[in-house]
Amino acid sequence: MNPTLEQLSQEFTRLIGPVPTAPAAPANPPPPVQVVDFAVRGVNLDVTVAPGQVVAAAELLNRHGFSIDTITGVDWLAEGQMEVVYDYLHFAVSLRVAVRARVPRDHPEIPTISLVFPGANWHERETHDFFGIRFVGHPNLTPFLLPEDATFHPLRKDYQP
Amino acid sequence: MIPPKEITYAGGGVLSAPPEESFVLNLGPQHPAAHGVLRIKMTMDGEWITRAEPVIGYIHRMHEKMGENRTYAKFLPNTSRIDYLAAMHYTHAFVGAVERGARIEVPLRAEYIRVITSELQRIASHLVGWGAWIMDLGGLTPILYAFDDRERILDLMEHICGARLTYCYYRFGGLCNDVDDYFLQGARDFVPYMRGRLKMYRALVTDNIILRKRLEGIGIIDAEMCRRYGVTGPVLRGAGVPYDVRRAEPYSIYPRFEFAIPHYPAGDSMARYLVRMDEMEQSLRIIEQALDQIPAGPVMGKVPRVLKLPAGDYCYAVEAGRGRFMVRIVSDGKDTPYRVKLRTPCFANLSPFEEASKGMILPDALAMLGSLDLVIPDIDR
Amino acid sequence: MLDYFLTGPGQAFTRLIIYLVAFLAFVGLNAAYLVLAERKGAGWFQRRPGPNEVGPAGLLQPIVDGVKLIVKQTIVPPGTDGLLFRLAPAIMLVPAFMCLATIPYAESVYGRSINVGLLMVFSFGSISVFAIMLGGWASRNKYAVISAARIVSQNIAYEIPMLLVVITMLMVTGTMNLQEIVGQQAGGFWHWNILKGIWTLTNPLMPMTFVIFFICMLAETNRAPFDMAEAESELIAGAFTEYAGFSWGLFFMGEYANIVVSCSVGTILFLGGWQSPIGVLSGGAWGLLWFFAKMYLLIFIVIWIRWTFPRTQFYGLLNLSWKILIPVSLFTLMLTGALLRLPLLLHQLF
Repeated sequence: MNPTLEQLSQEFTRLIGPVPTAPAAPANPPPPVQVVDFAVRGVNLDVTVAPGQVVAAAELLNRHGFSIDTITGVDWLAEGQMEVVYDYLHFAVSLRVAVRARVPRDHPEIPTISLVFPGANWHERETHDFFGIRFVGHPNLTPFLLPEDATFHPLRKDYQP
Repeated sequence: MIPPKEITYAGGGVLSAPPEESFVLNLGPQHPAAHGVLRIKMTMDGEWITRAEPVIGYIHRMHEKMGENRTYAKFLPNTSRIDYLAAMHYTHAFVGAVERGARIEVPLRAEYIRVITSELQRIASHLVGWGAWIMDLGGLTPILYAFDDRERILDLMEHICGARLTYCYYRFGGLCNDVDDYFLQGARDFVPYMRGRLKMYRALVTDNIILRKRLEGIGIIDAEMCRRYGVTGPVLRGAGVPYDVRRAEPYSIYPRFEFAIPHYPAGDSMARYLVRMDEMEQSLRIIEQALDQIPAGPVMGKVPRVLKLPAGDYCYAVEAGRGRFMVRIVSDGKDTPYRVKLRTPCFANLSPFEEASKGMILPDALAMLGSLDLVIPDIDR
Repeated sequence: MLDYFLTGPGQAFTRLIIYLVAFLAFVGLNAAYLVLAERKGAGWFQRRPGPNEVGPAGLLQPIVDGVKLIVKQTIVPPGTDGLLFRLAPAIMLVPAFMCLATIPYAESVYGRSINVGLLMVFSFGSISVFAIMLGGWASRNKYAVISAARIVSQNIAYEIPMLLVVITMLMVTGTMNLQEIVGQQAGGFWHWNILKGIWTLTNPLMPMTFVIFFICMLAETNRAPFDMAEAESELIAGAFTEYAGFSWGLFFMGEYANIVVSCSVGTILFLGGWQSPIGVLSGGAWGLLWFFAKMYLLIFIVIWIRWTFPRTQFYGLLNLSWKILIPVSLFTLMLTGALLRLPLLLHQLF
């Protein structure tokens, strides 16, 4: 049974529940589960979850047969937050889902989804390398692309080489 | 080949040799079969691999940071250097992402030429991957035949944009210059020539009994493993899943062309081999159709002088030579991107290697590594 | 004094010295120019010219390469077994020379005619395995050790069918003296052992016996498609990884000397040695010409095969020997034995 956009929207809405107020949230926060225009944005469904819900979101998509595409970190220096965007794709239907979570910048921790999708293991290691986001429960969060003894995180906006 | 008892194939294994009998072999960054600077730390029991851990980062150039420091146009040459064997596809993805975000219209002729050059690039990329892989297996001659064919493609590319490897031919809104009859005629002549060569390769290489014994049943990566690791491209199609970005997330004018998506269910190295050979044939089909349908017209659309994308993030995915390449641009409204994320296919394609190579014998693991068709700068960016 | 050596009883001694020097030169030149032949052949198979810069058509290339190898620093890595590391290349080369002493290149061109020439050739041929294994083990390099292990199992596996095939030949020829074996094949190419068995009904499967011998020969000399031992793309240079400069040159020379010896033996056993294929134009210098023509034809086929096929899988290689070649060669052996006894049996029955 291939998943449909409506089905996914409903399940995500149920998963997220009432939206908690995040610190320093923008004035008009975007709806947490959004069906967007693929021709402009390149994804079909854009979901914002709390950091604690990323594993549940991954399990939900895993049940529906999605595959992990990539994990992107974004450093919002002005807002004091870091964002982790999980991109998922499905091999059978043409659906792209992006799941976002924001973590505070001075204490960036988010649970790992590598137990649900083993492919996320490397993506999370890379994101940790570049941003310093700690993926709680990750088996091997050592420098991956950077040298083994690196202690800096180059893609942070306040990084000085 | 029956491995020692306690080692099982993919999915966890127990070290069967006591620690003093197993050793760590470093398939170091400098190695004739490593396709670039890839290091694999193999813990081995005799000839069997108990654990193979890829260590990457030897050619990490931080393209993503460079994306934040340059304007959109200045980042274009970087895109060719990510995977220099399939450079056109990577430029296409970045250019497409910006065009998506800035809502730039691309003229039809430019789209056709983009498709023709992309498919020629796909053939060139597969030829290198194929030749290098057969060379790893010990057949030292096919790579030179492959490079002979590739020279023709590179000559055509050099004619239109001056570069042989890292092109930067696509620009936002179209192409940097138009093609002339020399290119179109050359592409038209190339199609039957390549068809003849593919037939020769089938007789000389594909049907060779030694090659078949080397590849059949070796390095099985099944569809479920591909899904869990995010593997795409010929590796995924060799596992029986007919997923191709050109059909799943149609971009450019690919919906206008008729082409099949070759896929084989076996999931072994031979299936991946056959997928790549068939894909070259399908690319020739697309080139033929595009050459028949190409219209006259401009090759550059209207692009604002200073290019700024509205705030938000934009994705664009293409079917590159090695799999799905996606660019995610996060913009904050300025003329340099806030974040450029490059989702490269070889990164995901290499990740199941550790699990899939448990319990394999060393030459088989190297045959499987070749079948993944890796370009290490693609993994490291 | 000179008289004693030139015409007196010391003649055999003089002959031996001359031939030793000649063989050294022959093997050296062969090793050098076979490398050139291989590179040129590879070039033609791969649609490129091969070495053509140094000298006319690249003919001075081997000399320049030899000079380069000699002046290179011979690195002995720390921690290697000093004696074995230096000894291994020598052990590789010496047996090949020993074998060449008994091989007749023409009716009167041979080092020494030994009654057990065939046995001697094969006993010495087995020693070169030892050399590569020692070289690999003494290198203190994991790649070299893996390669040495592979070489040993491969060579042991392929010794057996080779010897079975040779025993089949022995049953047909009845003598181990290489000169006599060639002498039996006089007349024309239909008298050559490869075809003789068919019409004299001693072994109609003789061409297949030759093919088995050829395959075993490829495996014994570690040539592609059986070059798992120094599989370049996996084990760098296999057992030779740590050897630099002239020691590597010696290994290389030993490998080509082995090819020359094996192809010479193949020529003598199966293709008539120095006999001419048409019955006339034999004897003296013509014999030399025919011998070299056949030997170099076999060497060309060896080179051709290397550049055409990929490498076999290691266990495929061993399976080929243990599961296919040994049963087949045993079968031809028994068939030959039965057919040789057949006239006697029929005579006793009727």
